[in-house]
Amino acid sequence: MRVHVGRGGSPVTRLSAPAEPATAVEELPDELVDADTPWQTIVWNDPVNLMSYVTWVFQKLFGYDKAKATALMMDVHHKGRATVSSGSREKVEGDVAKLHAAGLWATMQRSS
Amino acid sequence: MRAWRRHGRGERARYVAVLDPPEASVLRGLVGQVDDMLSGRADASPSDELSALTGIRTGPSTPPDDPVLARLLPDFHRADPDPGHDADGGGEGPALSAALRSVREPELIEAKRDAIASLLASLPTGGGRVELTAPQAEAWLTAINDVRLALGTALEVSEDMPEQLPPDDPRTDHLPVYHWLTWLQDSLVTVLVR
Repeated sequence: MRVHVGRGGSPVTRLSAPAEPATAVEELPDELVDADTPWQTIVWNDPVNLMSYVTWVFQKLFGYDKAKATALMMDVHHKGRATVSSGSREKVEGDVAKLHAAGLWATMQRSS
Repeated sequence: MRAWRRHGRGERARYVAVLDPPEASVLRGLVGQVDDMLSGRADASPSDELSALTGIRTGPSTPPDDPVLARLLPDFHRADPDPGHDADGGGEGPALSAALRSVREPELIEAKRDAIASLLASLPTGGGRVELTAPQAEAWLTAINDVRLALGTALEVSEDMPEQLPPDDPRTDHLPVYHWLTWLQDSLVTVLVR
């Protein structure tokens, strides 16, 4: 993701420049990975989607609060991927479809 | 144009900006190009008597050859680049992607085209004042993002790409439009969440 410098030179957050400290969340939020739920929704880093937009999409689609949505966004940014939801195959399939509609690069896979 | 502003609160909130004529024209043109690509893909989908009968649409099972369309319409599964992570090891991934694309792609194209139609309906031809409800603002975010994805893919934007390219780079002339769209989207999402 990109961080971009806006017009007039003011810094605007865009997912991908190395401006953020790397101290952000280092662990996947455990509550998103339920052992009984065999599928996961993965969001991958890409060079276009904005940090602000990705955070907003996570809040909007999943009802996550700002802190959780931001932590997941930072995981995508720093680790290249994050598990953003999990559950039945049907639920995860629907989540991936919604993320695609929002323009995020999302895929589904079985939980490890 | 200046950044988006919000007028009012709650359901009565409106998101307002004034676009110069060239800005409106560029936005309309680029959004229209994405719409044309999406409708072209939809028209190329197989149609058969069964889907005509049942009303259940089926799309193609293979991703678009064009990298721009492929970015707008991604696969549902990706072979994990980190082998330690690959929990799908049985090789069902490609079959999963093919099956889900066939089922899901028509509605994905429709959702994207709906967002584009909403943007175009609320963007005055020739520019001027744009005043959006929250649902309209969300459609603008989606549509602008798709244009940025398309342009970013076409221009091969990368994370470490500088803000300005050397004068002899063929992408130099197009990059300011991409940056303007980035600013337009970021400014709108910022005011939307505030």
